[in-house]
Amino acid sequence: MGQTRTKLNPGYGRWTPFWFLAPAVFALLVIGIYPTISALVTSFRRYNITRPRDGFPFVGFDNYISVLSDQTFWQSLGLTTQFFLTVLPFELLFGICIALLLHQPGQGLLRALARVSLVVPLATTYAVVGLIGRLVFNRDFGVANQFLDWVGIGGLDWLGSTTGAFIATAVMDIWQWTPFCALIFLAGLSMVPVEIEEAARLETTSKLAQLRYVQLPYLLPGLTAMLILRSADILKLFDMVFVMTRGGPGAATDLVSVYIQRVGFRIFDMGTASAQAILLLIVTIILSRLYIKLIYKEIE
Amino acid sequence: MMLRRLLHGLGLVVVLCFTLFPFYWMVSSSFKDQTDLLASPPVWLFTPTLANYADIFADEKVFGAIVNSLIIATLTTALSVLLGAPAAYALARFDFRGKSDLWFWFISNRMISPIVLALPVYLLALQMNLLDTHLVLVLIYLTFNLPIVVWICTDQFRSIPIELEQAARLDGANQFTIFRKIYIPLGLPGIAVSAIFSFIFSWNELLYALVLTRRSVQTAPVIATSFMSGYELPWGKIMATGTVIVLPVTVFALLVSKHMVRGLTMGATK
Repeated sequence: MGQTRTKLNPGYGRWTPFWFLAPAVFALLVIGIYPTISALVTSFRRYNITRPRDGFPFVGFDNYISVLSDQTFWQSLGLTTQFFLTVLPFELLFGICIALLLHQPGQGLLRALARVSLVVPLATTYAVVGLIGRLVFNRDFGVANQFLDWVGIGGLDWLGSTTGAFIATAVMDIWQWTPFCALIFLAGLSMVPVEIEEAARLETTSKLAQLRYVQLPYLLPGLTAMLILRSADILKLFDMVFVMTRGGPGAATDLVSVYIQRVGFRIFDMGTASAQAILLLIVTIILSRLYIKLIYKEIE
Repeated sequence: MMLRRLLHGLGLVVVLCFTLFPFYWMVSSSFKDQTDLLASPPVWLFTPTLANYADIFADEKVFGAIVNSLIIATLTTALSVLLGAPAAYALARFDFRGKSDLWFWFISNRMISPIVLALPVYLLALQMNLLDTHLVLVLIYLTFNLPIVVWICTDQFRSIPIELEQAARLDGANQFTIFRKIYIPLGLPGIAVSAIFSFIFSWNELLYALVLTRRSVQTAPVIATSFMSGYELPWGKIMATGTVIVLPVTVFALLVSKHMVRGLTMGATK
C-alpha cells in the first residue's frame, strides 16, 4: 500500500499529511474521545458523587438495566419524539411557504429584507430564546395571552400547565428553526434551472403543480438533511427548554437532554446519567452515519 | 396581477413580523420600566427608559460575565482556526489512507449532544481542579468548533487552483511554505467565515458553561439565566442583558448570512 503511494510521487513526503492533521486530531482525541471513554467506564459503575464514602464500584450492566427499565427515561424519549413530530411539520410547512415567497420575483427591497431577517432567529442565543419565551408566555403580562384575547380566546396559564408549557416551548422552537428550513428550501429552489421553471410556468398556472413536478426533486436532498439534522438537534435541545421550564411543570417538557442533565447534576447519579448519555450517543452515531451516507454521496 | 403583487408583499410582511417579533419584544421590553413591564394587558406604547441598561452596566457580575464570554469565545475561535485550518488543508489536498473516515469523524462531532461530554468532562475537570476556569470551556468548545472550521476551510481550500501549488513546488517551496504563502492568504474568506461561526456558537453556548463554571468564570448566557429566580423577576434587567448578548452575534450572523445554511448543515446545500 505504502509503496504504490511513493511510486505515484505526489510531490510531498509520506509524513507531511500527518504533520498537518496531528494537532487537530490530537485535540479531538483528548477532548472528545477520552471523555467519551471515561463516560463509558463511569456507566458501568455505581457513581453517586454526593456519596463518595460508598466508593465507585463496578456494577456491570446494572445501570443500563435500570435505565432501560426506567419508565421516566422512556417517557422523556417519547416526549422528545413527540416534540420532534410536533415542531417539524410546522417548520417544514412554514419553511416552504417562506421559501416560495422569497423565490417569487418582484418586491425587491421587501424580499431582500425578509431574506436577511431569517438570520435573526437563527443567531439568537438559545438561552435568550428561552428568556423571551418566559416573558411572552407569562400568564399575567405575557403578550401571547393578549394575542389570544384579540381573537376572543381567554388567557392561559402557559408555563403552569402541562399542555401549555409543551406548546409554548414548541412555539419558540418553531420560531427559531423555521428560518433554517426556509433557507434550505430556498437554496433548493434556486437550483432549479431557470429555463425549466419558465417552461413550467407556460404549461400551467397552478403553483402546486409547479411545486410538485418541477421544484420538488430539487428540494428532496435538503429535506433529508433537515430531517436528520433537526432530529439530532432536538436530541441535543437543552438551553431553551431549560431556561423556559426546567423540564416542568411536572415532566411536561422533560426532553431527553434536560432529563439526563438533571439525573447527572441535580441527583448527582453519574453512573446512571452516563449510561443514559451513552445510549443517547449510540442513537446520535446512527443518525450521523445516516446523514453522511445520504448527504455526502459523492465525497472523493 | 395587482392582487397577486399585493398578496406577495403582504406575505413578505408577515414573514418579517414572524422572524422579528420576539426579537422586537425583547428589545422594546428592555426599554420599559417595571410598571410598564408588569402591565396587564401588555403596553405597546410607552416612554422608553435607559434605566435597565444603566443597571446592568453598573452590575459587575453582568459586565464580568460578558468579559468572560468574550475571552472564551475569542480564545476558542483562535485555537480552532489554528488547529483546524492545517487539518483542512490536508483533507483538501493530500491523499492518504483513512481520509474519508477521518473527515466523517470530524463531521460527526457536530451531532453529539453536549450532555454526553458534559458528564465525563465535569468529573475530569473536578479531579484536575479545572472547574470554573476559562481553559476548560475553551477546550470543550473545540468539540463543536473544530468540525465547523475543518469543514468550511476544506471546502474553501479545494476551490483554490491546484496549479498555484504545483508552480510553487517547482520553485522549490515545501508544503508548509505553500500552505502559509498560498492557502492562508487565498483562503482567508473561508477562514474568516469559519471563525465567525465558531465565535457565534461559543458565545451562545449554555449547557457546558452552566455545568463547568461556578462563580468566577460564568459566561453571559449563564448570568442572564441566573436572574430567573425569586418571585419578583427583574424583567427589564433580564431583557436588557438578553439584548446585549444577542446584538453582537446578530451583527456577526448578518455578515455571514450568505453562508448560514452551509455552516449549519455542513454543506448539505450549496
